[in-house]
Amino acid sequence: MGRKVAIVGTGQTKHKARHSDMNIVELINQAVNRCLENAELTINDIDAILIGNMEHFEGINLSDMWASDASGALGRCGMKITTGGSTGTSLSSAAYYYTASGLFDTVLCVGWQKQNEGDTTAGLVSATDPIWERASFAGAFGTFGGAATQYMMETGLTPEDAAKVAVKNKRHGRLNPYAHLHLDISVDDVLRSPMLAYPIRMLDLCPASEGACAMIMTHEDNVKKVTDKPAWISASVCRHDSAFTGDPPFFLDLRTLRSAAKEAYATADIKDPMKDLDIIELYEPVTWAELSFLEALGIGEGGKVGELLAQGVTSIEGSLPVNLSGGVLCTNPIGATAMCRVAEAAIQIRGEGGERQANHKVNTALATGYGGNWWSDLLILKSSL
Amino acid sequence: MKKVGIIAVEQTKFEAARVESGFSDLVFETSGPAVKKAGLTRDDIDQIVTASQDFWDGRTISNFAVSEACGSYLKPESKVAMDAAMAVFYGLARILSGAYKTGLVTTHCKMSQGPQNVIYNAVFDPMYQRQLGLDFVNAHAFQARAYMEKYGVGPEQWAEVTVKNKKNALKNPKAMDGRELTIDDVMNSPMLADPIKELDCMPVSDGSATIIMAEEETAKKLCDKPVWIKGFATYMDNYYFGDRDLAEVGALEKSAKRAYKMAGITDPKKEIDVVELTEFFSYQEPMWAEGLGLCDRGKGGDLIKDNISTQDGSLPINASGGVLAGNPHTVAGMVRVIEACNQLTGDAGEYQKDGAKTAVVQSTTGPCGQSQCVMVLSTD
Amino acid sequence: MSDKNKNVEKKIARDIKYRALLEFKYSAGKHASYFFQQLRDNKKLMASKCPKCEKAYVPPRPACPECFEANSEWIEAGPQGTLVGFTVVEFPFLDPTTGKTKEVPYGYGFIILDGTATKFAHFLDETDLNKLEAGMRVEPIFEEERSGNFADIKYFRKIADSE
Repeated sequence: MGRKVAIVGTGQTKHKARHSDMNIVELINQAVNRCLENAELTINDIDAILIGNMEHFEGINLSDMWASDASGALGRCGMKITTGGSTGTSLSSAAYYYTASGLFDTVLCVGWQKQNEGDTTAGLVSATDPIWERASFAGAFGTFGGAATQYMMETGLTPEDAAKVAVKNKRHGRLNPYAHLHLDISVDDVLRSPMLAYPIRMLDLCPASEGACAMIMTHEDNVKKVTDKPAWISASVCRHDSAFTGDPPFFLDLRTLRSAAKEAYATADIKDPMKDLDIIELYEPVTWAELSFLEALGIGEGGKVGELLAQGVTSIEGSLPVNLSGGVLCTNPIGATAMCRVAEAAIQIRGEGGERQANHKVNTALATGYGGNWWSDLLILKSSL
Repeated sequence: MKKVGIIAVEQTKFEAARVESGFSDLVFETSGPAVKKAGLTRDDIDQIVTASQDFWDGRTISNFAVSEACGSYLKPESKVAMDAAMAVFYGLARILSGAYKTGLVTTHCKMSQGPQNVIYNAVFDPMYQRQLGLDFVNAHAFQARAYMEKYGVGPEQWAEVTVKNKKNALKNPKAMDGRELTIDDVMNSPMLADPIKELDCMPVSDGSATIIMAEEETAKKLCDKPVWIKGFATYMDNYYFGDRDLAEVGALEKSAKRAYKMAGITDPKKEIDVVELTEFFSYQEPMWAEGLGLCDRGKGGDLIKDNISTQDGSLPINASGGVLAGNPHTVAGMVRVIEACNQLTGDAGEYQKDGAKTAVVQSTTGPCGQSQCVMVLSTD
Repeated sequence: MSDKNKNVEKKIARDIKYRALLEFKYSAGKHASYFFQQLRDNKKLMASKCPKCEKAYVPPRPACPECFEANSEWIEAGPQGTLVGFTVVEFPFLDPTTGKTKEVPYGYGFIILDGTATKFAHFLDETDLNKLEAGMRVEPIFEEERSGNFADIKYFRKIADSE
C-alpha cells in the first residue's frame, strides 16, 4: 500500500438557504480559510487543491477556474472532480489517493454549492436521461417517492418510522451551529407537512442549501508535525451502478453501499458494525434513506432499523449515533453535502463537535456519500491506525 | 515513483457530428475494444476514471449516462471535470496509492450538440466578464495578440502550423480534417476576432477515447510494450486576464519543469523524440512549445521553417494532425496521450517517428491555458 | 442611519441576474432511435438483450452493465408489466423538455415490463393512492398520433381484468 493518510483539519461555512452577502468565490474562500485555521496551516503548506460542485446549479462552466485564487489553486495543482451528490466524498477519496500516492504531500479538498442561485429541481432533472426520463422525473422526490412505497410495502416500516428519522436528525442539527435548518419538530409535524410525492412529505426531504466545506489531508510522516488528533483514513471505497434510474433495487437494497461496506469492513477490520463503529455520518437525502442505507451497512437488517431508532440507539445519547451533524436533512449544499459527512466524522474523532459531540469517545467513524444513480461512497476514519 | 504503464489505447474517428450516436454509444465504441485489446475483461478493471463536462453534455452528472459503457457497474468510478489528461493523472494517482492495480480512463464529448458560444461564455464570471460577450475565440484573441506583440511570433507563422497539422492529418485515419492548404488559404480565411482567423481555430467535433493502465508487474505481464508514465505535473494560472501577462506561460513552464524532473529529463530539446500538444488555436503550438522548453522563448515560430516540428523533422510536434485536425474539447488531451503511446509502441502508421522512445504530452483546461499539465511517457 | 444612507444601501447590487439560453440537441443513439421507431410505427416496446447473461433492458442501451458485452439482441418487451413502485407527485417542477411547469398531481411509477430485468419509469393515469398497489398489472396507453418519442406513451394504467 501507499502512504498512510490522515485528515488534519476541517472547515465549513454556515450553511443556509441564501448567502446573499457572499458570492461564489467568497463562499469557497471562507471554507478554505476556516480549514487552514483549524489545521493551523497556511496555504503555502498545501500542494494541491481539489474542488467540486454541480455546475448547472449556478450556471458557471469550469467554476474551478474562477475560484482558483479563492480556493488557493493558483500557482498550485488545481483539479476538479464532480459526481453529483457524491461530489464531496469523491473529492475526499481523491485527496486521499493523491496524498497516499506520494504525488503530493498535503492536499486540500473543497466542495461547495450555491444552489439557490439557480433552479435546483431543474438542475437535478437534467441529471436524468434527456430522452427517457426527464419528462417524468420531477427532481429527486418523484423517484424517492416511488422507491419508498416499494420499501414500505416490503418491510412493513411506516411513514411514522421515517418521521422519527427527521425528528432525530433535526434535533441533532439544532446542536450544530453550521447546520442550515434549526428546527424543533415532532413526528406529528412531519406527518402533517405538505405531501410532495407519496409518501414523501416536505419534512421528509433535505433542504436546498448554500455552503462550502473543506478538509486538509497529509501523509504519515507529516501528520505529527501538524496535529496530535489526526483522523486517519482506514478505508475508502466507491461503487457506481448502471445508467438508468429504474435499474437498481432502490431502497429495497442499496447494493452499491452493501458492496462498498463489505470491502471497507474487511479493510478496516470491522467485524460487527454495531459494536465496532462509534458513530455514522450517513448521506440521507430523505428520511427513508437513513432506514434503508443503515440496513445496507448491516445495521438493523430486515426492517429492524425502525426499532433501533425508536430505542434511541442512533440518537446522540445512544451507542451508535447516526448523523450527529443533523445530516443531509438539515444541510444540503450538494457539492459539499457528502464532504460534510466525512468532515463531521473527522470532527467527532478530533473531539471538536462541541454540543453535538458524541457522549462516548469516538475512535472509529463511518461516513457515506450518495449520488448519481444510487451510487455509494464509503470512508472509515480512525483515531489511530 | 513506482511505474505505471499504459497497456491499451483506443479512439474513435473524430467527426463533425456523430448524430447517430449517444454518449454511451460513443464511449462503448472505445472502452469495449480497449479492454479486449489489453487482454482483460471487465472483472479485471479495478477502477474507472471518466472525463466529461456537464456543460458540453447539457447534463448534470455527465458520467451518469456512460455508466455501463465505461464498465462502472459496482466498481469505483469518478469523474474529472477537466481535460481528460487530468483524468489520466487521477487514474495514475489511484494506482500509485496502492489501492488498485489496473484502471480504465475514458472520455467523451459531443461539441456538435450544444450552443458553443453560450457554453464558452459561461466560463466567465457573471459580474465583470460575461457582459463583454467573451467566448472561446475572442478570449483567445487577446492571448494571440499579446504573444505576437511581446515575442514577435505572428499570423504567418501560425498559418504554417495550420498548414502543417492539417497536412499531417492526411496520414491519420482517425483525424477529421486532413487537407492540403497553403499559407494564403489560411491568411485569407475569414477573420473571427483579430488576429484569429477561421483556419486558426480547431474544428467542432465529436468523439471518445479510452486508455487502460496498470501497475508495473501487471503491465509487464499483460503487454509486450507498455508505455510508462514517467512524469506528470499540473499547475494553475490566474483566472482574470487582467491579473496575468497573457503572453507568458508560467503554469506551463512550472508543469514542464516538474514533470521533466520526475522523468529525469535535463535537456528537453535533445531528450524528447515526439511531442503531442493541445493547440486549440494555431498560435498555441509555438507558444506551448516554448513553454515546454523545446525552443527558446520567441523562437516557436521557427520550428517549422527549421524542419524541427514537421512530421519528418527532428522533433515532430503533432505528427497526428493535433487538435486543429479535430478532437473535441475534454477528449483532446487523451488523444495526445494516445498518439504519444502509438509513437512509442511503433503503432503510429504512416506518421511513425522511427525509434521514438520518449514523448511529451501537454494539455490545458480553461481560458487561455489557465490550467496546464505536462506528461512524460517513455518506453523504459 | 439617515434616510439618505438607506437609499444608498438599497442601491447596492446584491444579485446579478443571468439567463442563458442553453438549447441542446441530444442524439438519441442507435438503441433509442430503434425503440422510438418501433413505438411509433408498431406500438411495440423493444428491449436490448445481452447475449451472455440474457438479461433484457428497457431503456435499451449499448452495453450490459454486468457483462460489459454489446447488447446485440432485441426482444419485444411487455407491453404489459408489473408496477413495483409508485408515487403521486404533488409538487410542481420545471420540465426542461418543454420549459413549462408540469401540472400536478400526477402519478409516477416504476414498471417491470414483462421479459425485462429493469424498472421502466413512466407516468400513471391514476392519482388516487388507494387505487395503486405494488404488484398491480399495468399496460401502456399509446397516443393515437405518434411522433417517435417518450410522449408516445401517454401513461400506464391498471389492466381491468386483474382485479
